[in-house]
Amino acid sequence: MRIPCYAVTTRIVTCLLISLLSWLPMTAAAQEQDGQALLEALDTRSFDDKSEAITAIIESEHERADVWLQALLDSDLQRLKDDGRFVIAVDSAGLDVSIEDAITGESMDDVTRRDLDRLTINNALRSQLRSAISLVELYAGDRDARLDAAEGLIGDVEEDQVEPLTNRLDEEPSAAVRDRLNQALAVYRLNQGDVEAVEVLSGSLNSNIRVALNRAAQSDDPLVVDAATAALADIEQNLKISRAAETLYFGLSMGSVLVLAAIGLAITFGVMGVINMAHGELIMLGAYTTWAMQQLLPGQPGLALILAIPAGFMVSALVGVAIERGVIQFLKGRPLETLLATFGVSLILQQLVRTVISPQNRTVITPEWMSGSLVVNDALSLTLNRMYVIGFALVVFAALILVMRRTRLGLEVRAVTQNRAMARSMGIRATRVDIMTFALGSGVAGLAGVALSQLTNVGPNLGQSYIIDSFMVVVFGGVGNLWGTLVAGMSLGVINQVLEPWAGAVLAKIIVLVFIILFIQKRPRGLFPQKGRAAEG
Amino acid sequence: MTTFLRKTHPTTSRLFTTALLSAAVMGASAQAFAQEDDDPIKVGILHSLSGTMAISETVLKDTVELLIEQQNEAGGLLGREIEPVVVDPASDWPLFAERARELLEQEEVDVIFGNWTSVSRKSVLPVVEELNGLLFYPVQYEGEESSENVFYTGAAPNQQAIPAVNYLHDEVGVERWVLAGTDYVYPRTTNRILEAYLKEEFDVADEDIMVNYTPFGHSDWQNIVSEIGRFGSEGKKTAVVSTVNGDANVPFYRELGNQGIDAADIPVVAFSVGEQELTGIDTAPLVGHLAAWNYFMSVDSDANYEFIDAWIEHTGEDDAVTNDPMEAHYIGFNMWVEAVEKAGTTDVDAVKEAIIGVTVPNLSGGSAAMMPNHHITKPVMIGEIQDDGQFAVVWETPSTVAGDAWSDYLPGSRDLISDWRKPMECGNYNVAENRCMGSDAEEQAEEALAED
Amino acid sequence: MWLTRPFNERSTQIFLLVLTVAVTAVTILHLAVPAGHPLYVSGYTVGLLGKYLTYALLAVAVDLVWGYLGILSLGHGAFFAIGGYAMGMYLMRQIGDRGTYGDPILPDFMVFLNWDSLPWYWYGFDMAWFAFAMVLLAPGALALVFGWLAFRSRVTGVYLSIITQAMTFALMLAFFRNEMGFGGNNGLTDFRELLGFDLRSGATRLGLFIASGVALALGYVICRSIVASKLGRVCVATRDAEARTRFLGYRVERFQLFVFVVSAMLAGVAGALYVPQVGIINPSEFDPLFSIEIVLWVALGGRASLYGAVIGAVLVNYAKTVFTGVMPDAWLFALGGLFVFVTVFLPKGVAGLLARRARRRDDPDATPEKEATA
Repeated sequence: MRIPCYAVTTRIVTCLLISLLSWLPMTAAAQEQDGQALLEALDTRSFDDKSEAITAIIESEHERADVWLQALLDSDLQRLKDDGRFVIAVDSAGLDVSIEDAITGESMDDVTRRDLDRLTINNALRSQLRSAISLVELYAGDRDARLDAAEGLIGDVEEDQVEPLTNRLDEEPSAAVRDRLNQALAVYRLNQGDVEAVEVLSGSLNSNIRVALNRAAQSDDPLVVDAATAALADIEQNLKISRAAETLYFGLSMGSVLVLAAIGLAITFGVMGVINMAHGELIMLGAYTTWAMQQLLPGQPGLALILAIPAGFMVSALVGVAIERGVIQFLKGRPLETLLATFGVSLILQQLVRTVISPQNRTVITPEWMSGSLVVNDALSLTLNRMYVIGFALVVFAALILVMRRTRLGLEVRAVTQNRAMARSMGIRATRVDIMTFALGSGVAGLAGVALSQLTNVGPNLGQSYIIDSFMVVVFGGVGNLWGTLVAGMSLGVINQVLEPWAGAVLAKIIVLVFIILFIQKRPRGLFPQKGRAAEG
Repeated sequence: MTTFLRKTHPTTSRLFTTALLSAAVMGASAQAFAQEDDDPIKVGILHSLSGTMAISETVLKDTVELLIEQQNEAGGLLGREIEPVVVDPASDWPLFAERARELLEQEEVDVIFGNWTSVSRKSVLPVVEELNGLLFYPVQYEGEESSENVFYTGAAPNQQAIPAVNYLHDEVGVERWVLAGTDYVYPRTTNRILEAYLKEEFDVADEDIMVNYTPFGHSDWQNIVSEIGRFGSEGKKTAVVSTVNGDANVPFYRELGNQGIDAADIPVVAFSVGEQELTGIDTAPLVGHLAAWNYFMSVDSDANYEFIDAWIEHTGEDDAVTNDPMEAHYIGFNMWVEAVEKAGTTDVDAVKEAIIGVTVPNLSGGSAAMMPNHHITKPVMIGEIQDDGQFAVVWETPSTVAGDAWSDYLPGSRDLISDWRKPMECGNYNVAENRCMGSDAEEQAEEALAED
Repeated sequence: MWLTRPFNERSTQIFLLVLTVAVTAVTILHLAVPAGHPLYVSGYTVGLLGKYLTYALLAVAVDLVWGYLGILSLGHGAFFAIGGYAMGMYLMRQIGDRGTYGDPILPDFMVFLNWDSLPWYWYGFDMAWFAFAMVLLAPGALALVFGWLAFRSRVTGVYLSIITQAMTFALMLAFFRNEMGFGGNNGLTDFRELLGFDLRSGATRLGLFIASGVALALGYVICRSIVASKLGRVCVATRDAEARTRFLGYRVERFQLFVFVVSAMLAGVAGALYVPQVGIINPSEFDPLFSIEIVLWVALGGRASLYGAVIGAVLVNYAKTVFTGVMPDAWLFALGGLFVFVTVFLPKGVAGLLARRARRRDDPDATPEKEATA
């Protein structure tokens, strides 16, 4: 007997379970013939028909069914234009595509993209395929896959699935997966009006469970209503904590971007007293270096990104030295003129990138290990790329502090900053120190660019959008004080993110700017003013 | 003193003329009457080639140049050569007005193809009206405008936003809506219209609509995306309708991907993200997110393939992409050509009259007609982003939709219609009050009376 | 009288003469010469020149604070824009019920964004006198508050530059917001008439051009008289040695505040004249980039010489017109290069060159050292 299978995802689950139970071997020839017909049905413009064809494939118990479904999901299931054979693209990274026969699995000669017609899917089909595949995974996959599958079932369990899932519960070795399955079943029971289910669900932050509890809290049974309301209050409390933690994380991550962008400026502006309006463009060059590295190492975005760290530092440092030698050294002691001249340099660098590379934004790929997020609980997950940026910012900061405190260069820089004439008479080559300091500040800007390439656009305007913010951070923190920059950047980031949900993104930014302007009036030297003689310069 | 004078006036014009044109000299107008047959027909191109908008607008300039080239190869227009006059308004809005004046007054072009942003169009509008020029505007916009001198070949909200929302509601089953946009007039107006439409047509409750505006180039989307995630996890199918503009999209989509908001859970349908914009984005994490346009490069039609081939040849880049505003220029240019041929002259008033009703093929295998309200008919398509930076069309309106200058869903414009045919000749006629609003029509009538 | 003193200076006499002759000549060439004649000045060119004149006034305002007070304001674009907005609001109200929606009170953009009544700060702008007063008072008030806060706490030099930049940036973000009621990104546009004159007629544009010329002359004379007065000398002293001037007993911040406010008002007037000529005012005038560009005009023309600022403004903008027409890509290279070149090689700008030549003619024995200290 066959239960009719419709395009409804949950039904597929049932169908698949039944198929799994009644697995029968078929002859190879029949399989092949059958396969061609099954795939043929997929090649239609109507997505409803495609959905039925997918259901048919699931039902068919064809031995390559799962391969097809996965290939269809990945847009790898294609059709040769000339003879209409179905193939699966195995590797489509280059210009030529290596393919294998979809039905037999034999590999075939490479073809070009233009020889292939892709079988397209839409979001509805994508979900259909995913839940079908994940259900197979619940039985066959590794622990993580089973966990995902079980989680996907929460709020999605239908009557005819209860029995097989309950059976599965006994076989499942992992406690976490069992918990999830229990919750999934409990949600089903709660929907049926079972009060005891609430106990299993209380304390969970999963949104589907919350939805179920909310629904239960509005039901007719007073017992259920009471239990659900209590559970919800509990959840709400936990949610608040998660949300506060999330906001703090957002703030720190935004703050770390500000710190990265500003810390190079803190060196050139704070330590050397040079206003470098081209600082933003040095950041941009770092980001472009990342892009260039990824172009040089196709297929290895992660390695390219790591190599981009030293490369970005070097490129920006060299350009920085060129700016110092070419422009700034002639304007010593005239900060306002330096500001104008470096602004001119920034225009030139921007236009240079537009002319030489392209006015369009460039694509920088996020490596696998930086994508996605770290799940703390159902309501709080921390995005990995930002976590790396926070870490990177702290490492760069620590390194800079070490350089300034523990190396000879740092000592010389501090000496020249405090009293140039005296330092020179002690045998320090002030010009060399100037160059090194500027190179260091510029190089750090390059590092900021490498990090920013993972968060935002890599385009000619990248630098412009950070320059004003960077100046604000440095001025707010207190010129000449690296710790001030760290504290200022982080606190501005957090303030901004706390204000944002309440005031909106634009107003939050305006409020922060006005706050800084007023703050400077109150304490013209920033949060941590430089003390002593150096402050007079 | 004399240096001051000499420097500014005649040299300016001479420099422009010699650099931009080959033949025309000052006083071309006098010559134009005498020897109209020999002089080339001048077509002004008013797209930013530098500044922030250059990213989007440069390709439109190239498109018009390509179309002119093709037309000249096919024998020109009225037996005359067409000559492009390119100026650069440098993404500076007041400069748009200045350049438009230069095109119309100094260069005496017969038609202008140009503008991208709404504000640049608003800036140019008074100039084009004052000097009675013709402007073809190729970008989707917020509507609420109908000028006698402007032809809107991009989509009005009812040709993009409303069908997209219909698709999400009917086909995807969306019940909760996030309207996210950049804070400027196009998203504001579109979202107002959508809000009214959702409430009126689908009985969507207030709490099921979330509206959010961000500044231009917004890069820190953490909070907003997390809020969208929470908004979408209340048990109802949720979609984001995005009018986020340009540069802000990359960090927005990145954050969506990283916070694990998948197109299958919360699809984002964008009105400002096309093939051109996707070239700067790693599209692998975006697969399945949507865009609504009137044309996609992936559309399967002979006209489209021909155009793409010509475009690739023109640019010399194998991976050059085409997009919706380019198609709008393709349609607009061909409409203008047809209207000029129909009128037998490039005279603005004659062309204005002749162009209404002109029908030309579009790139998706159908055709576009110029309506009396100076908007055109367009098919509406929904495409899903693929990992190769293209869109796969997943839905299309059964027939073309005529552009509506005045939205039926805004209280201010509900009663307004636009019809530039005689005898109405009014861009904003109030059917409730039976009069042409805001124009100088009344004054003119009074003046006429006074003269009597 | 202090206001008449500049008329006795040779540089002022020359400047006013040049300006008068230029404006008159353009007027005559525009009106009397037939179109098509090589000497004819078209309406387009008149508009262009009118715009340059407003920029020149703006440059004079910036030079007053930077050249003579040593305050590098990177936010003067904000005062210019606010003056422009005041004028724009008046022009919007003048449209009356001729807007597309025919609303007698609300401007079009408010109607389609569903505002039901006019925000309070739009009241009064239907009256010309009020709006024109606001052109002066609004930028003046902002400068007063900002300057009072800044000068009182002795925020100077680079810090002041950075916070003026932050100020204009914050204002830009604020004006971009549609909730502000200033038309957001689209700004104010589609103006019809000014004091009853049709803005779409050539005669009005010529009138505005002449008015800009007159405003520039007036602004120049006012600045010159401030500079030449005792007050001006205190300013220069402040510029060169603020602490020392303070120790001499001068309340430095009061002088700074006064001059800063005057300069902001002049910028506001420039903005008000600019808006009807270009036909639009929108938040991009608040862009910090624009404010820095103004400083470049002054630097190129010659800091601390008012006529230099005028020359700089006209030169740079003329170059911009030409470059963006002929080689759009090259414009930013040229502009950027100009910044570097002027600051490194031409610290006194074009005016410095002129002055040197003049001095050499007067006194062939003058040594460079003398010039440097001059």
